[in-house]
Amino acid sequence: MARSIKKGFFVDYHLLEKVQAAAKIAGTRKPIQTWSRRSTITPDFVGQTFNVHNGKAFISVYVTENMVGHKLGEFAPTRIFKSHGGLTRKEI
Amino acid sequence: MARIAGVDLPPNKRVEIGLTYIFGIGRPSATKILGTAQVSPDTRVKDLSEDEVSRIRKTIQDQFTVEGDLRKETSQDIKRLMEIGCYRGLRHRRNLPVRGQRTHTNARTRKGPRKGAVAGKKKATKK
Repeated sequence: MARSIKKGFFVDYHLLEKVQAAAKIAGTRKPIQTWSRRSTITPDFVGQTFNVHNGKAFISVYVTENMVGHKLGEFAPTRIFKSHGGLTRKEI
Repeated sequence: MARIAGVDLPPNKRVEIGLTYIFGIGRPSATKILGTAQVSPDTRVKDLSEDEVSRIRKTIQDQFTVEGDLRKETSQDIKRLMEIGCYRGLRHRRNLPVRGQRTHTNARTRKGPRKGAVAGKKKATKK
């Protein structure tokens, strides 16, 4: 079920503070480091770079307009897929 | 013959059912369309008058996206997901289930026919 519109986007408060502080500083922006994968990307985030934690390392995510409405965590995959099939070749 | 949104409707079916032959219209939207167009859902498609057909056509045009437009819209949405590099987009790129289903077994709709070499090979060696 979708989230009620009345409540608005969910953004962690500590992240929101950082974004607002960064918005005031013009010019070259430092990436915002965050663990808050659950925060929704709001229009204020556009143009910022975030370093989103994936459980192991920080993945840099440059936010564009298309990404509004998604969560930050969607852009930092937590699993690595190593391909299958090496074993079968050995058997032959 | 009634031709709506570029699709020939089956002449011997009730309109309610006939409309569902259009991509993007199912039973609920078919009933809704007939409600606003004020056409009885029980009339057969071949018995529709010209006036009724044009009323149905108009409601579909005003309130629904169907056929090519709808297909284009969906593929654009998917393309957007792939471009922004989010998790759902990555799943689309690899042709794997997008909504968190298990892939250890099943997921054959997305993955296509089985091509695991292991199972077949074992059988061959036993024989």
